[in-house]
Amino acid sequence: MSILPQLAFLLILGVAGYILSKRIQFLRRNILLGKAETRNDQSENRWKTMLLVAFGQQKMFKRIVPAFLHLLIYVGFLVINLEVLEFVLDGILGTHRLFAPILGGAYTLAINIFEFLAVAVLVSCVAFLIRRNVMKVERFTKPELKGWPAMDANLILVIEIILMFAILTMNATDQILAGRGDEHYVALGTLFFSSFLQPLFDGFSDGALVAIERFAWWFHIVGILAFAIYVTYSKHLHIFLAFPNTWYSNLKPKGEMQNMPEVTNEVNMMLGIPVENPAEPPAEIGRFGAKDINDLSWINVLNAYSCTECGRCTSECPANLTGKKLSPRKIMMDVRDRAEEVGKSIDAGGPGLADGKSLLGDYITKEEINACTSCNACVEACPVNIDPLSIILQLRRYVAMEESGTPAQWNAMFQNMETSFSPWKFSPSDRFNWADKVKEEEMK
Amino acid sequence: MAEMASNGQTPEVLFWVGCAGSFDERYKAVTQAFVKILNKVGVSFAVLGPEETCTGDPARRAGNEFLFQMQAVANIQVMNGYEVKKVVTACPHCFNTIKNEYPALGGNYEVIHHSQFLQQLINEGKVRLQGGGEFKGKKITFHDSCYLGRANDVYEAPREVIKALDVELVEMKRCRTKGLCCGAGGAQMFKEPEAGKKDINIERTEEALATGAQAIAVGCPFCLTMMTDGVKNKEREAEVKVYDLAEMIAKDMGI
Repeated sequence: MSILPQLAFLLILGVAGYILSKRIQFLRRNILLGKAETRNDQSENRWKTMLLVAFGQQKMFKRIVPAFLHLLIYVGFLVINLEVLEFVLDGILGTHRLFAPILGGAYTLAINIFEFLAVAVLVSCVAFLIRRNVMKVERFTKPELKGWPAMDANLILVIEIILMFAILTMNATDQILAGRGDEHYVALGTLFFSSFLQPLFDGFSDGALVAIERFAWWFHIVGILAFAIYVTYSKHLHIFLAFPNTWYSNLKPKGEMQNMPEVTNEVNMMLGIPVENPAEPPAEIGRFGAKDINDLSWINVLNAYSCTECGRCTSECPANLTGKKLSPRKIMMDVRDRAEEVGKSIDAGGPGLADGKSLLGDYITKEEINACTSCNACVEACPVNIDPLSIILQLRRYVAMEESGTPAQWNAMFQNMETSFSPWKFSPSDRFNWADKVKEEEMK
Repeated sequence: MAEMASNGQTPEVLFWVGCAGSFDERYKAVTQAFVKILNKVGVSFAVLGPEETCTGDPARRAGNEFLFQMQAVANIQVMNGYEVKKVVTACPHCFNTIKNEYPALGGNYEVIHHSQFLQQLINEGKVRLQGGGEFKGKKITFHDSCYLGRANDVYEAPREVIKALDVELVEMKRCRTKGLCCGAGGAQMFKEPEAGKKDINIERTEEALATGAQAIAVGCPFCLTMMTDGVKNKEREAEVKVYDLAEMIAKDMGI
């Protein structure tokens, strides 16, 4: 037999591997445009969170119907990839169904399981297409999904459906050929699901069947490699990034805002409190808060790349629910899009971050961030523990401390706090007046 | 506090009153109710009085970190000066800030919310309830405050307190981790909302009223304001009252 197919396969594998590694470098660099932050504490807890939330899909199950459909696709993805291992080995070695003789009956069982999952994935993808395009589930019709994001979502589902059809077609034709006694093909006994496709191919010649079987095989494996590359351009990156993203979850109470030590030193000096290590020159202070992606933590940018735009955050956001412009999902999409823009610009020898644009202003408006109630509903809702609130609050810090651009009513509140130590304008000496009534009653 | 300290006394707990508890006409009643409970039970407590300032929460959430830390550091100096160990407060925002954010600035205290404190007093038998009083058998719904619930995972203490009153606790559709904000958090209390199709407190009030509850229980001064305004907006204030947990307990105790 010619070794041409093997060489072709190796070439395709090599090219795909090269493109993928380039893409991974690009994504990694973009994520690291964010500021350094160390979050390696409590590693036992982090592994546990990753196992429960990413691997175990724990938070998906807050909404049972999409959780179930998603679970089928997820398990299908994990398990069918075992078969891809055989595909790759067959491709390199020029064999066909390498594991069939070794595993015997267990192989037939495994292929039947793969077929079941392929059908399950197929059905789920169709259901998801219906939810998006026919039922128009509200969170999939928000303005930030118009255009490419909606197309991206549909493309992913359609590609998955086609890939699953390729597997089933391959198995059906393969088994017809085995049944006709072609010695290259191994009879596996009953393959339940693909046997339903066999009548479609009954009248075909052997040659035609071989052609279809080979086409389906190549289509599936090349399709998977192409899909893997496509994923790096798509919101579908969550299939990989959900794992590191949950590992780097914020494990502190959700209400806690991160301290700004650079401010603490100044405050201590103003209040005449001795500063620790006063000899130490002040660390170079960049900006207070965040204006662009390089002011955010790299974990914020990782969050953005892990977002699959499901919109559970936005559908629980009180501001969004009541018609305000804020959408936590859009915040995440904006961070990712800005990181992509800067990354591409750097690679093209362009100005990168210095392109005259910024995350705040060109992507996210003050009106959006001002509408946030910091209620943590978005953080709680996210199936992969993304934290949009952290980004919103860092942007607010920039607006307040670098631009003095907070709404007038907040400025008034600041002033009250500076002069009377309360957000309302009351005399500080009246703070204890509530006790008069209690004392009066006790005197009686 | 100053008085107790000068007498060489160390109170068991510092009651952090908060700005709303000190100045807000409606919330002063909650402060008074809680103090009456503490007095009745004989808890040794102190308040900072005029030495207390805003924790800085709204300034921090609005982005003004300087102002927040000015408040925080000053408060910590006062509390550390009195060697405060334990703090109780009726405001989830103060609770969150002192508990989670003061440690990074040198303020380390055991901080609990008044719902947790009340639950402890009830469990220990120190607060003896009369079986619900005017609330007995009534339908009551509890509105989760974001800074108590999601922010700090306190969901059950307030519910236990309400249940102790022998009432029927009815839940809203969005409760506990899915609870809907009243609309006041993140410094929203201090400005008009952005343009939209509805105010958040109206959305939440409609949900609370849909349970058929005769009273809405809250554990936060901002939620109290927002829900009270919401009920007024729906012109239901004659039938549906909004109470803080401490008020309900004090009423039951007849104080």
